Amino acid sequence: MKLWIRRNLFRTWWDGVLTLAFGALAVWVLWTLVEFIFITGRWEIIEVNLKLLLVGQFPAESLWMVQGSLVAITFWLAAALGGKPRAPEDQVAWPRRIWDVIQRFGLIIGLGVLLVVLAGPTESAPLALAVVGAVAVGRVLNTTRHRVSWLARIPAIIWHLVLLIAPIALISLTLMQSELSLWGGFLINFYMAIIAIVLCFPLGVLLALGRKSTLPIVRLISTTYIELIGGAPLFVLLLLAGVALEFFIPSEVAPGSVFRAVTVFTLFTAAYLAEIVRGGLQSIPQGQLEAGKALGLSTVKITFLITLPQALRNVIPAQIGQFISLFKDTTLAGAALSIVELLKVSEAITKQDDFLGQGYIYEALAFVSLLFWVGSYVMSRESQRLEKRLGVGQR
Amino acid sequence: MSPLTGVPTRAPLWRDVRVLKWVFQLVVLAIFVSIIFWLYNNYQVNIQKSKIPTGLEFLDNPANFTMPGNDFNQSSPVWSAFIQGFYNTLRVSIVGILLSIFFGTLIGMARLSKNFLVRTVAGAYVEVIRNLPLLVLLTFMNLAVVLQTFPRIENAWKPLDLFVVSNRGIAIPWFEGSGTTLLTVLAAALVIAGLVAWLRGKYSDRTGKPARGLLYATAVFVLVVLGSWFTLGYQWTLPFVEDRGTLGGLRLDPSFFALLVTLVIYTSSHIAEIVRGSILAVPRGQGEAADALALSGPTKMRLVILPQAFRVALPAIGNQSLNLLKNSSLGAAISYFELTQIAQITVGNGSPAVPAFTLTLLVYLSISLTTSLVINIFNRRLALVER
Repeated sequence: MKLWIRRNLFRTWWDGVLTLAFGALAVWVLWTLVEFIFITGRWEIIEVNLKLLLVGQFPAESLWMVQGSLVAITFWLAAALGGKPRAPEDQVAWPRRIWDVIQRFGLIIGLGVLLVVLAGPTESAPLALAVVGAVAVGRVLNTTRHRVSWLARIPAIIWHLVLLIAPIALISLTLMQSELSLWGGFLINFYMAIIAIVLCFPLGVLLALGRKSTLPIVRLISTTYIELIGGAPLFVLLLLAGVALEFFIPSEVAPGSVFRAVTVFTLFTAAYLAEIVRGGLQSIPQGQLEAGKALGLSTVKITFLITLPQALRNVIPAQIGQFISLFKDTTLAGAALSIVELLKVSEAITKQDDFLGQGYIYEALAFVSLLFWVGSYVMSRESQRLEKRLGVGQR
Repeated sequence: MSPLTGVPTRAPLWRDVRVLKWVFQLVVLAIFVSIIFWLYNNYQVNIQKSKIPTGLEFLDNPANFTMPGNDFNQSSPVWSAFIQGFYNTLRVSIVGILLSIFFGTLIGMARLSKNFLVRTVAGAYVEVIRNLPLLVLLTFMNLAVVLQTFPRIENAWKPLDLFVVSNRGIAIPWFEGSGTTLLTVLAAALVIAGLVAWLRGKYSDRTGKPARGLLYATAVFVLVVLGSWFTLGYQWTLPFVEDRGTLGGLRLDPSFFALLVTLVIYTSSHIAEIVRGSILAVPRGQGEAADALALSGPTKMRLVILPQAFRVALPAIGNQSLNLLKNSSLGAAISYFELTQIAQITVGNGSPAVPAFTLTLLVYLSISLTTSLVINIFNRRLALVER
């Protein structure tokens, strides 16, 4: 212990000065945070406005659909990404495994509990418990799948489709049940991000293939698109979509602002994703392509069976990073298109009669930051795990 | 054995790869052109229906709004507003990029420190900032810090009596006189200093004595600046509070300050990760070789590790600089008068939306493309150096 302190904190006199300075800084920041969360923070503004912050004006009687789809999505994610059972030689004792779980999820669980506490325990606790339950059941289900022989024989795609029925059904039901203009709060950030991610992925991959293609016209079109979109600020594109999209489509169609936002997010992220996937394609050794040719595969088959899967696997962190920034950038939709997303709501609630002019902006923004931070952090952690599971750098 | 019969010497057209490739390309081109044509056609129809002008004539109309802090007024033409906006965008971007690179490098090195506390604090900073949306940080800086926590002008904070901090902006000590002269002096000093460093290098090559280029260059730079300072009669002015405002010094708008600080905080956390990755990418043997030569820690960093890391980091840092430029468009969300905000206001005042925003996009695009061109040239030159 003494040696550790000497080695890590007080190597030289200069090191000692640094330690003292940074130590003071760390203590001050931590103390301010703790004081803010437990003593000075006035969290009733969050408790009162929790529904506005999370789902906006969404009709209360349909709220179960949103909660249901959240639980169903977590369930699917846990069942899809959950670990495979360990090989017998890797089996470790239970206390150790629990400790592993705590190490991996401790911070996230802690923050989740904090969110529930700040938001008022009575309303959100059942939902939080349901999510935790879904994760647990999903993981157990995944383990069983690998253990039981007749389950293991089901092809992965069918397995996922079956698991995805519930969330997809619930999401479509939600979309049909209420008008998009009533949506708001975190819900709209979440849905915009998910829809844009799903839509931009194929477009981005196609653009990347186009840019790497040997066909000159295809390459020219893809390159122009990527460079033009990549050089433009997202915020300006959103503003442009807000005032100018109706000029470019037949005037009978009147797109809502969420539609505009998702269009821009999709087109924008596709350009960045294309650059990332292109990087992945460039990292595939020429030998892979030649091996495919030697087997007599067509170019299309070589691309979709050999090079593309490896390329996508190699750039997982960058792809997830791009999705994380898309998720964070959904806040821009509020400023540019007046969509009542989370940040917009959080500013608005500080102007309510009860809270006006009393400096509640700290509490409101702290809550917003916490939600976004947890979302992004979970995504980046899971991307690291996914990378490990797919054996990047090992196979 | 007779030659195979019935096998045509050439594949039929629908199986000939060369033909197929061209057909495929033509199909893609046709789809692309028809999409463009469809959009353009819709645009023409809708424009004619709503009778909105499509040209750039709106640039000569009076702007009908004012900006604080310069002589731009109601009757100035719209194009001069765009130029002022462009200038403000460049101002916040250039200062922001320089500060971000400086702090980003420091934080990136701190993340690799042997000191546990330094490493952890830097790591926590990066992890927290990188996972927060820029707009949330910006809103926090603008609404919570600048507009709420900073005091009113009557009881402004005056640290060391050098700065005046209030919710009307930050005033810092500055020089008195014209900006162009100062820029000329700085540029001249930079050129002379560079020349001295180059000559020292030549001298060192000839004699084998240490060059100490940086030391000499800095000394010459300071001397030239100080010399011209006195000969041209420059003076510092300190800001002070006078009648609900500040006089003297240089006043930074609250929105400029909030935008600048946020951009620097956000971008430096990204640059820190790039710097860390690049330092780790330098082969271990290089550091060990420096240790074997008994170079001290800072010397090892300065002469061995950082130059090699810089080569790896350059394209990524260039990208981050461009991101900062593009992110500066968020200034529109806090009413900083940069390009996007100007475009938004003029469109609100009745300028046609499509040409105004297209113009804005073209400006950003041209800066982006020029910068990436410059980075590419630099990159090629650096990559050519034999290792």
